[in-house]
Amino acid sequence: MSITNTDVRKVARLARLAMSETEIETARAQLAGIFDLIAEMQAVDTRNIAPMSHAQDVSQRLREDVVTATNQRELFQSIAPQVEAGLYLVPQVIE
Amino acid sequence: MTWEIVIGLEVHAQLSTSSKIFCGAPTAFGAEPNTQADAVSIALPGVLPVLNKGAVERAIKFGLAVGAHIAPRSVFARKNYFYPDLPKGYQISQFDLPVVGQGALTIQVEPLSGDAASAGSAQAYEKVVRITRAHLEEDAGKSLHEDFHGMTGIDLNRAGTPLLEIVSEPDMRSAAEAVAYAKTLHSLVRWIGICDGNMQEGSFRCDVNVSVRRPGEPLGTRREIKNLNSFKFMQQAIDYEAQWQIDTIENGGKIHQATVLFNPDTGETLAMRSKEEAHDYRYFPDPDLLPLDISEEWKEQVRATLPELPQAKQTRYVNELGLSAYDASTLTASREMADFFEAALAKAPGQAKLCANWIQGEISARLNRENKNITDAPIKPIQLAVLIGRIVDGTISNSAAKQIFDHLWTPSVAELIIGDSLEEVTRGIYTLIEAKGLKQVSDSGAIEALVDEIIAANADKVAEYRSGKDKLFGFFVGLAMKASKGKANPAQLNDVLKRKLAG
Amino acid sequence: MLNSSLQQLGSALRARKISSVELTRLYLDRIAALNPVLNAYITTNAEASLAQARDADARLAAGTADALTGIPVAQKDIFCAKGWRTTCGSKMLANFVSPYDAHVIEQFNNVGAVNLGKTNMDEFAMGSSNETSYFGAVKNPYSQDAVPGGSSGGSACAVAARLCAAATGTDTGGSIRQPAALCGISGLKPTYGTVSRYGMIAFASSLDQAGPMARSAEDLALMLNVMTGFDERDSTSLQRAKEDYARDLAKPLDGLRIGLPKEFFAEGLSNDVAQAVNAAIAEYKKLGASIVEISLPNSRLSVPVYYVLAPAEASSNLSRFDGVRYGYRAPEYSDLTDMYEKSRAQGFGAEVKRRIMIGTYVLSHGYYDAYYLQAQKIRRLIAQDFTDAFRQCDVIMGPTSPSTAFKLGEKGDDPVQMYLSDIYTIAVNLAGLPGMSIPCGFGAANNGNPGMPVGLQIIGNYFDEVRMLNVAHQYQLATDWHSRAPQEL
Repeated sequence: MSITNTDVRKVARLARLAMSETEIETARAQLAGIFDLIAEMQAVDTRNIAPMSHAQDVSQRLREDVVTATNQRELFQSIAPQVEAGLYLVPQVIE
Repeated sequence: MTWEIVIGLEVHAQLSTSSKIFCGAPTAFGAEPNTQADAVSIALPGVLPVLNKGAVERAIKFGLAVGAHIAPRSVFARKNYFYPDLPKGYQISQFDLPVVGQGALTIQVEPLSGDAASAGSAQAYEKVVRITRAHLEEDAGKSLHEDFHGMTGIDLNRAGTPLLEIVSEPDMRSAAEAVAYAKTLHSLVRWIGICDGNMQEGSFRCDVNVSVRRPGEPLGTRREIKNLNSFKFMQQAIDYEAQWQIDTIENGGKIHQATVLFNPDTGETLAMRSKEEAHDYRYFPDPDLLPLDISEEWKEQVRATLPELPQAKQTRYVNELGLSAYDASTLTASREMADFFEAALAKAPGQAKLCANWIQGEISARLNRENKNITDAPIKPIQLAVLIGRIVDGTISNSAAKQIFDHLWTPSVAELIIGDSLEEVTRGIYTLIEAKGLKQVSDSGAIEALVDEIIAANADKVAEYRSGKDKLFGFFVGLAMKASKGKANPAQLNDVLKRKLAG
Repeated sequence: MLNSSLQQLGSALRARKISSVELTRLYLDRIAALNPVLNAYITTNAEASLAQARDADARLAAGTADALTGIPVAQKDIFCAKGWRTTCGSKMLANFVSPYDAHVIEQFNNVGAVNLGKTNMDEFAMGSSNETSYFGAVKNPYSQDAVPGGSSGGSACAVAARLCAAATGTDTGGSIRQPAALCGISGLKPTYGTVSRYGMIAFASSLDQAGPMARSAEDLALMLNVMTGFDERDSTSLQRAKEDYARDLAKPLDGLRIGLPKEFFAEGLSNDVAQAVNAAIAEYKKLGASIVEISLPNSRLSVPVYYVLAPAEASSNLSRFDGVRYGYRAPEYSDLTDMYEKSRAQGFGAEVKRRIMIGTYVLSHGYYDAYYLQAQKIRRLIAQDFTDAFRQCDVIMGPTSPSTAFKLGEKGDDPVQMYLSDIYTIAVNLAGLPGMSIPCGFGAANNGNPGMPVGLQIIGNYFDEVRMLNVAHQYQLATDWHSRAPQEL
């Protein structure tokens, strides 16, 4: 299977990673190599095999509906890139 | 050639838990920004989700209420996209295996004013709307677009609030049906106590998918109207959108799938400005959460906590109480309304029709005028029951009862009824009737004397009546009532008048 | 003192022969001297460490000490520790001071252990050589031009170079076992779900598991006693009774059945590693064990399966690093998308970006079934192989890594070659089983370079850590590979 620069560009966009044209070309070559490695998997017959998402067959534990958290805004926002009036600031969002 | 409008709804009902769906942060509305955003809500590196039992219970309740299949095993998935109010860069939702499967909701459709599609059929009717699924997911935060030096502010208090997304089949064919469905659903989620239904605060948000087609043709391309937060806007938005689609096609245009917003100021729908990037949410099972297993036992425990549902109540009201379908549906518009009705009926046995009439008549009118809920009504169910009791036993006439009702609604200090026991309320209402001199005259001698006087004073009309002008009967009733200052027992008066007029 | 076991250190502390402050200073001085060469630590904080040491001394004086009270432990810089810079080896978090403690950190704090510092690691634990760290490569203490392995290379190096008494690591595809093998120390990845992942910065959630790295199996057992335990904040944390991992260390190995997967001794395994591992097997026979040849037919697929599943989970786990609430934000950008794209492009290193790209690709529309779902199905086949194998044997043994430590930069340009260095360790993570590596000799010396350490991998059945530690300890009683130390630097 061949990966094109267009594929790489699309994926970089989805993953929000800025990439120069040179980086795209390098990434394409490396991803192609990795996908050759992965391709080995395609030939395996997995009909009737249930996918395995978790190491153990355990069901979700549930938490009682109780408030346990306290307000730690000051502490949390002390490490934020940009805050004002208790809000995280980002470049304008256009809808 | 006619057009058929096809509508499906996706409703996000905020579940009324005290803590968030995956962490112990509070869900209260209106707190200072980010004061309810704990480590999990802001997605600090290393934090993990743990599912709130209360959210699952509410989802089960909903599923049972719409007769849906409750999945014995459902799975949480990640929906990946970047947005500043989505702290993890993915929303935890359910995709392949939702907690609630197929169900249905029966709705009473009343034609809306100005609704073109239903203008021809002015009759109310019943319809069953199929529910495709309902799944649990977390809400995002809020972007505040006020100007922060050209930047947007992010408040993550709402991030992680539990939502139940309820998806319908595209079964609705008019704005009236869509609104009826939304209202019924809105009433149901409050009825079973899983959502406060506050639309202004965003606790019940509707996305409406609209497409148009020629009858019998396959489904047309749909556009999704996002985030409608009032039923009025929903009707306006659907009407506008459907007409826009019809016009576009009739003018040779094509409909492209899009997300649109309704502008209440212009009454128009408009496609969102953000670049229509191909969405690729890359759903996959969330490895931080294990499959959600719901046992038969748990399901039955939840079922036992369900109140009698509106649909069941309606059937019972019609079959056992002899009410009309319309009455039954109005009385079950909310659980509070039905509770009021049933509390009144308990103290006025056998008087379902009168209780219904009073609630839908005087009480509803007053509530509407004063913009109040039934829970805020100054008159208590037992007071209404006693009042009705006095009408039935002939103590007061209907019109006198209305005067008493007014006093019960806005009592002067002296008129306040102290106490809730049947005895106390009965005594209180008797006192009121006496004080206002509204006791009905049921003394046959007094009524006969009164009628004799009227016959004597109106000999010409009596002659006309006796020569066949039956319509004059009402004239005599009016005179007699006036003479008795409205206190004559109407039934008795009728009998006496009929007998004496006959000669 | 530097070569003492945790047991010996604990006794000395409790007997007040040495104070925790003295012991902590001893290590801090050593770090100050050697870290500029080895680069094992990203962050030390003498003030914070010594404060903990003083608290520990008070506890020791009061006679309320636990086994590890006062013992200086190095923490992999993947664990959030309140007030400590926690970088995960990334520029993205270069200035991130954690506002909270990971469960593992809490557990060590609770017993009064001293946090000696945060160890270097491959960026976001993605790597097998420690070369992807934003803070520079870690050197192998046995040869400074060789890699220490990864991603817990800083911890492995610190333990081997006696820059801490013991350390923590995390293992997603071999990140405890492979560096343990390459640095000549012992390391254990427990059964998935045994150690809480809360506060451990996620790489691939369904595979990540924290574990101890130390100089002996005995030390690992004491560390594991602290690290394990149910945590309600991690949905995948298992509710099990607390156990004493040291309880069976002394058991003889008579009757032990060791399974040797033929796939682990096939093409690709270097001769010197094979020799050392075979010698270790021979030693086990002497100790009373019997050998069973087994097969793990699907294990050859573990590398491709892993390089679909782990990047897929990682691509999503790393989306939270967006420059909004914490972490790196690009200094210049034109709009929101540009801010995201530049912050992430500048904040993440090449290997992390590569894996995010792989993961995004395999999850994207049209490829999910062929890649992600197919990989999850084969994951089940791989796990099933182990279930079948454990019907015939008690533990599985083989090499931890196909070769001894390779040279810094040797595999730099070829991600595929780097990925293949985890070929024997990955299947264990996919199955969720416990696995460990213990030193079993040294490889061939060549070109004037000394022979580098070789690791023996021991894989146990689910929750069989007690037996694995027993098996490892008995070997370490009979041999002295685990007590070798790199020549003084």
